[in-house]
Amino acid sequence: MNVTNLKIREIRDLLDKKSFSSVELTQAYLDRIKKIDGELQSYITITEDLALNSAKNAQNKIDNGNSSPLCGIPISIKDNICTDGIKTTCGSKSLENFVPPYNATIIDKLNSQGMVMLGKANLDEFAIGSTTQNIFAKTKNPYDFSKVPGGSSGGCAASVSASLCAGSIGSDTGGSLRQPASLCGVTGLRPTYGSVSRYGLVAFASSLDQIGTIAKDAHDCAFLLNSIVGHDDNDATSLKAKTIDFASKIGESIKGMKIAVPKEFYDENNGINPEVKDTVLNAAEKYKEMGAELIECSLPSLKYAVSTYLILSSAEAASNLSRIDGIKYGHRSTKGETFGDIVRNSRTEGFGDEVKRRILLGNFVLSSEQYNDYYERALALRQRFIADYAEIFEKCDVILTPTTLSTATGISENIMTPSNIYLDNICTVTVDIASLPAISTPCGYDSNGMPIGMSIIGKKFDEATIIQLADAFEKSFDAISPKLI
Amino acid sequence: MSYIPVIGLEIHAELLTNSKIFCSCSAEFGGEQNTRCCPGCSSMPGTLPVLNQTAVKYAIKAGLAMNCDINKFSVFDRKNYFYPDLPKAYQISQLYFPICVNGNIPINIDGKEKNIRLNRIHIEEDAGKLMHDDFNGVSLIDFNRGGIPLIEIVTEPDINSSEEAKAFVEQVSLLLQYTGVCSCKMEQGALRCDVNISLMKSTDTEFGTRVEIKNLNSLKSIVRAIEYEIKRQARLLDNGDRVVQETRRFNDNHGDTKSMRSKEDAHDYRYFPDPDIPQVNLSDEDLEAIRAELPELPNKRLERYINEYDLSKTDAQIIVNQKTVSDFYDETLKEYNNPKSVSNFVIVELLRRVNLGEISMDNLPFSAKDFATLIEMADTDKVSKNDAKKILRLMIETGKSSLDIAKENGFLIVSDMSKVDEIITMVLSENAEAVEQYKNGETKVFGFLMGQCTKKLKGVCTPKVIKETLEAKLK
Repeated sequence: MNVTNLKIREIRDLLDKKSFSSVELTQAYLDRIKKIDGELQSYITITEDLALNSAKNAQNKIDNGNSSPLCGIPISIKDNICTDGIKTTCGSKSLENFVPPYNATIIDKLNSQGMVMLGKANLDEFAIGSTTQNIFAKTKNPYDFSKVPGGSSGGCAASVSASLCAGSIGSDTGGSLRQPASLCGVTGLRPTYGSVSRYGLVAFASSLDQIGTIAKDAHDCAFLLNSIVGHDDNDATSLKAKTIDFASKIGESIKGMKIAVPKEFYDENNGINPEVKDTVLNAAEKYKEMGAELIECSLPSLKYAVSTYLILSSAEAASNLSRIDGIKYGHRSTKGETFGDIVRNSRTEGFGDEVKRRILLGNFVLSSEQYNDYYERALALRQRFIADYAEIFEKCDVILTPTTLSTATGISENIMTPSNIYLDNICTVTVDIASLPAISTPCGYDSNGMPIGMSIIGKKFDEATIIQLADAFEKSFDAISPKLI
Repeated sequence: MSYIPVIGLEIHAELLTNSKIFCSCSAEFGGEQNTRCCPGCSSMPGTLPVLNQTAVKYAIKAGLAMNCDINKFSVFDRKNYFYPDLPKAYQISQLYFPICVNGNIPINIDGKEKNIRLNRIHIEEDAGKLMHDDFNGVSLIDFNRGGIPLIEIVTEPDINSSEEAKAFVEQVSLLLQYTGVCSCKMEQGALRCDVNISLMKSTDTEFGTRVEIKNLNSLKSIVRAIEYEIKRQARLLDNGDRVVQETRRFNDNHGDTKSMRSKEDAHDYRYFPDPDIPQVNLSDEDLEAIRAELPELPNKRLERYINEYDLSKTDAQIIVNQKTVSDFYDETLKEYNNPKSVSNFVIVELLRRVNLGEISMDNLPFSAKDFATLIEMADTDKVSKNDAKKILRLMIETGKSSLDIAKENGFLIVSDMSKVDEIITMVLSENAEAVEQYKNGETKVFGFLMGQCTKKLKGVCTPKVIKETLEAKLK
């Protein structure tokens, strides 16, 4: 038995049956990380000693009958989630040596359950981007090392896909969980905005950021999510809704379920690759065979999606990243005498190009001359997306879309301009804008064997239904694992 | 030429909440540097603000006291700028939907009443404190103050002199103290003032170019800064020069203002609604509950003193003008209900000691009850009016109760004259020889007899009574 290939529920079962210990399991992952991750670079920091120690403690709990769902389960954590005493770099030179003095709320939650953290997963700098390439590590796609894993939770997706952890916790602002999950052939779940506390998640765009899960299948995603949801007094935007078991609908019949298929997502004029389009539509047919009803519909506002997203997220990012000024923590330039010079030089040296681009864009749209033309209109468009989705959900239970326009591109393919890359997010960003939950799950492979993902978007707080649907598909789908050692 | 000064004020008042506005750190003044801060108020990456509801309540109380309209819907915005005392590089404030709008505060100058209109009151957070260590050539930051809740009270340009400005700030301070939302201790930075000022001729239809003077932290510097600025701008205009729109800083040592930054260098604060803080939505019930918590405000108290207690307007005003004095007055009345007598003693005796700096109203060495006992003793001739003053002094010096002091020092006048009579008669019979000498014209023995009587009558009556009785008996 290769323990690293197991799903979280299987591990739980076998740990509780004492088939192997958490320490043995953790060691197996660490060994595999040593073999593969030098090249894959899904981790930015590997916390070997801490992991083995946590595993020992977790095993004690299990042995004493004090087990809990995640007790002794080795997972990876995206490196923009603060971990007390452990470097949290956000993939940025500006926070290269930043060691938070506190834990994110979800880390405390996971620790109290006896979670084993294997390390901090790589990401695009400050979760801004969709390739997971930064100055510390350039993560590869486990299916083809010459291709990107997607991003920004590319380290999370690659580590799950390559079986370098049992599951992973990442964040999603414009598709950062679903897009890399799709490109790496795993399942990524973004819950409703406010379900999981953002306290300790280094903010990119506060009104869009949401912590979620990546795992080998939808059931595992639900299993992980169950352990991190809930209201947090430290996050005023976290919801007080009562928590449900996200796996509660798994196995129920999907007969009669109404699945919306908005045509704009499948319009080749919007840039969708025909192979991706056909694969997702095939999956839709499969749902039909299972008894669901496909309903054609339209989301005409989709053409504003990327601009709305970029304006809102860049404005918030520009403000959120202002605190990275080199004064209290993070990289401080040795050049400059005055406060202004030190801040300017520290930020110039500490931030990468894409982050700088978003800061410039964000400050531009917030400037007093531009505010009404850009930021205010983006806020109005946000309301329109919410209304448009509400209209679709009046007639349908869920919405089915492709997760990406195409499969993973080559790492060295620098032919794409920033605006092309931005347009690539068109399939995912509206979910974030409208604060909805969505799950991406593999639904096929292109002619090069690269994974294709589809997204199921749900009503607010209706994660259980999209998980149920993703699981129903996964059970009838022959997933192909990446060919690694 | 003479000009009309046009002045608007922005007053920053620190709210007296227990904890800071967005975290649970103590909001108390002082403390060893950087001991009252956490990852939140020192703005570590990933931390989030959680609004202290008491700060909202206090701002509403201030707004109600200042006759404002309370916005049931209010939003927090980010004001973005880099400064070392602002670790997030944005201040959480309210631009578009402040908690209170409109409002007005009447002021009184030489018996003439004038209404100063308020534009708004909004809530924001205080910044950390910078300290420049010139000796070591470094600047240090203390985050204890960072995140203490503030309200900013913004007036319309209704103020026309330094005198009016001073009266307005005093009135604001009074209202804030009565509502209990701010200590108003300017020396601790609890109340700070920005002044916007321009000059216009009486024939002008538009305001002149205005200058902002930042961060004045005493009534004296507000007055001095305004007066200096009026002279400076008048001189410019007289010479045919123009006033430049700019921000200036007042130098307390030189009594002048210096340019900080011009309009061109003004920040674009890139305000936008803070996505981390849910909008504040208040119901009518919420507002009524807060209104019900409002204490009696100074104007009501003044009415009560004049109408119910029959105090003169001047006396009533003196007491009301300091909340601590007024509270102490009311407390004393609960023990001894003689408003006029108590008001006299408070104004003449108590405030004299306070003004001499012997005592502070914040920390009196005696209770209102004991103070009431003293006044009652004086009123009922248990002690003489003159001795009552001495007793007050001894209460301050020794911390003993007024009755104990009166007894120990023989200030007490007993109504039981038979006992005094009895004892003096006894003393005289014991000292028949001395009495004889006195009657023979040796009047200096009176002192000896007086001493003997005083010894035996200690704590029973005053020396004056002894003297009078003794004299009568020796005649």
